[in-house]
Amino acid sequence: MHFSPILLHIPDGFLSTIVSLISWAITIAILSVAVKRTEKLDEKQVPLMGIMAAFIFAAQMINFPVAGGTSGHLLGGVLAAILLGPWAGMLVMTAVIGVQGLLLQDGGLLVMGANILNMGLLTAAIGFGLYKVGDGRKRTLKLGLAGLGAWLSVMAGALTTSLQLWLSGTARLDIVLPAMLGVHAVIGIGETLITVSALAFIFRTRPDLLDPAEGPARGGRGWIFVGAAISLFVLILSPLASSNPDGLERVAGDLGFLAQGKDAPFSILPDYTLPFLGEGAFSTIAAGIIGALVVAILVFFIIQSLRTAKKNA
Amino acid sequence: MHSNIFDRYLHNNSSIHRLAPQVKVVIAILFIFSNALLPDGDWLSFAISWAVILLLNWLARLNLGYTLKRSLIVLPFTLAAITALFSVPGKTLTIWQIGSLELILTDAGLIRFLSIIVRSWLSVQIAILLVATTKFPDLIHALEHLRLPKMLVTVIAFLYRYMSVLTDEVIRLMRARQARSAVLPGRNGGGSLLWRARTAGNMVGQLFLRSYERSDRIYHAMLSRGYSGHLRTLNQHELNINDWLIIALAFLLIAFLQLFAHSIG
Amino acid sequence: MPPIVHKSPTTPPSLAENKTVIDINNLGFSYPDGHIALKDISLSIQTGEKIALVGPNGAGKSTLMLHLNGILKGNGDLEIGLLPLNKENLPVIRSLVGLVFQNPDDQLFSPTVFEDVAFGPLHMGLDEKEVISRVEEALALVDMSGFNDRLSHHLSTGQKKRIAIATVLSMHPQILVLDEPSAGLDPRARRGLINLLLELPMTMLVSTHDLRMAKELFPRVIIMDEGQIVADGETATLLEDEVLLEKHGLEKE
Repeated sequence: MHFSPILLHIPDGFLSTIVSLISWAITIAILSVAVKRTEKLDEKQVPLMGIMAAFIFAAQMINFPVAGGTSGHLLGGVLAAILLGPWAGMLVMTAVIGVQGLLLQDGGLLVMGANILNMGLLTAAIGFGLYKVGDGRKRTLKLGLAGLGAWLSVMAGALTTSLQLWLSGTARLDIVLPAMLGVHAVIGIGETLITVSALAFIFRTRPDLLDPAEGPARGGRGWIFVGAAISLFVLILSPLASSNPDGLERVAGDLGFLAQGKDAPFSILPDYTLPFLGEGAFSTIAAGIIGALVVAILVFFIIQSLRTAKKNA
Repeated sequence: MHSNIFDRYLHNNSSIHRLAPQVKVVIAILFIFSNALLPDGDWLSFAISWAVILLLNWLARLNLGYTLKRSLIVLPFTLAAITALFSVPGKTLTIWQIGSLELILTDAGLIRFLSIIVRSWLSVQIAILLVATTKFPDLIHALEHLRLPKMLVTVIAFLYRYMSVLTDEVIRLMRARQARSAVLPGRNGGGSLLWRARTAGNMVGQLFLRSYERSDRIYHAMLSRGYSGHLRTLNQHELNINDWLIIALAFLLIAFLQLFAHSIG
Repeated sequence: MPPIVHKSPTTPPSLAENKTVIDINNLGFSYPDGHIALKDISLSIQTGEKIALVGPNGAGKSTLMLHLNGILKGNGDLEIGLLPLNKENLPVIRSLVGLVFQNPDDQLFSPTVFEDVAFGPLHMGLDEKEVISRVEEALALVDMSGFNDRLSHHLSTGQKKRIAIATVLSMHPQILVLDEPSAGLDPRARRGLINLLLELPMTMLVSTHDLRMAKELFPRVIIMDEGQIVADGETATLLEDEVLLEKHGLEKE
């Protein structure tokens, strides 16, 4: 009936209220820019995005046997972003994840913001950002970048899912992170292989559809920075946090994120502490990177939306 | 996938089925939110919530066994919460040593773990109740009424219309692949991993091209019926005073439950 | 893009019997890849005529049909309902010409039957009441009343074809242009469709490989091959001409 592509569809109950709400806030902020950007595209984009959402949904069913009864699947965020541009790709992935959650209960409703962020927005941003590096270069380099983006996108999803589970007090970081990253390092190879061979197929048959000059759906070079930033985030934080989870726990504790021993660590009800009010310093490299990244991403989106607003005015 | 898994209940005509879809969406989200806010180990409040779900199930004349079976969909994910057993300080129940890893099972950890599972299980039942009593096109209208961007609602509507059309295409593609992957006795069939992956990738590429061409034809069909870049829909399901009263009532009940849970907790 | 406002959506130029409803002069069209799809097409259709358009695959039948409400734009003059086909007239012309595509899964793109049949009237700018009454009327015409809330992907092919026709009937077109309406239907559904086409009063241009249906329904036939009109005349004569048919990849029924 339905084939859940990877272990990333978080059900309701597994994330704390505050983590769910923060994820929703980030997701809504990014999606509102995406909607503004895609509304200005030509009228043909509307049915195209709709059918592409159904395409990603159906393509996630295509599996191939790997070994020992397991099989590889497509998540599709990178493919969608390369085929449609980053903003349209994000909306398409949002629709897919939304329908999977709403219609098939594959992923929860309150945690849907987190699911969209992990599987739809990060994947599209990282995939498009890396692919954009190959603009005007050889086809093999483009395919290589797409493959790298595909693998990193799955790792990014696994990383943020682990972090959310841990911040929610649902899982122990020193176990969940290496486990999730380990499993998804393998799953990511499947994502890479399918994404690259699907793109190679399209390059052979309809290269015009992948022409970077075609259509207003294409994103600007700013995406390279977004892609690079998320890649760095994954590449630095994953080994660091896996080898030294205590360090990250301490930082989060200092920041008031972790409230060990309480019943519901991040309840937003007044009889519990509010998060973010901890007095800790940004003492370690991990915290520094997270902080810098959040700021960079926020600044990027603010600039983008300001530009949009100016153009509309 | 020719039919919605909940189709058999969508034609029931209960008071729950007749509620305006956006009312049901709002209440379902409120209810799931309420679950998330219940304190760990507050079994009484969890039980009250479940009783309400069971009551709604009964009012909607759903088959309880079916709902419960469907709710097991969250089961695989409990794996992710298993470490909660060992992560909360409390009275030690038992200690496992796996290599260098020392896992201390505490009573607080056990309560936390079980609470996560119960919250998740209750929440998914609410989601099931929502889709089993509301036709999906009505849910799409509800999303529009709840001020979701029109663009996103439209993409969701297209996705819903074409997901079965394209999954059927995938099934045909996979059947064709199967029909051609014969394995001779004594041989190791299936080719290398790379080859298998490339076959799957080609199928994805093929599906993309077909979908792309389909979107062209659909665009033409829309154009020829007057579409010019601005989609129009009829505003069905306007909320009336009764609907607002029902939402207010649900809100009060949930607030009451929360007050109760947090005052005894 | 701002919505197009129809000043008088319900009052297209009225057409008396035996007035020219479609007039095409020297129409040519080639696709961006250079493939020539239509060559020097000239054609005139009078109100009330029922015409079959036959020819092998790739003859240009579908391409010609896409010109009739301005989805493709070739070189040459097109007049629909006495209006020259240009950007200004496009909204009115699209309500005059009801174009039904071959694959009903492309024609029916909304989740429910109601939304699909209402799509045309809504985009003509009609008010809610009028839209609803037109949906009811169109569904009744194709004998599918009561299917409003059905999901399009749950229908049989025969039902989908009927609903597809209803999606343009709700726009009150002057001429119905159908692409392969009987393709993919089992004998009973095909018979039902033929009976439906017999009942519909408007002018019709129907492309088909189903020559038996053509003989039964359409007094006039146009044969196309390689982008050109190779014959245009009485069905009774042309479809009996074995030499002509064979020359253009057709077979006498």
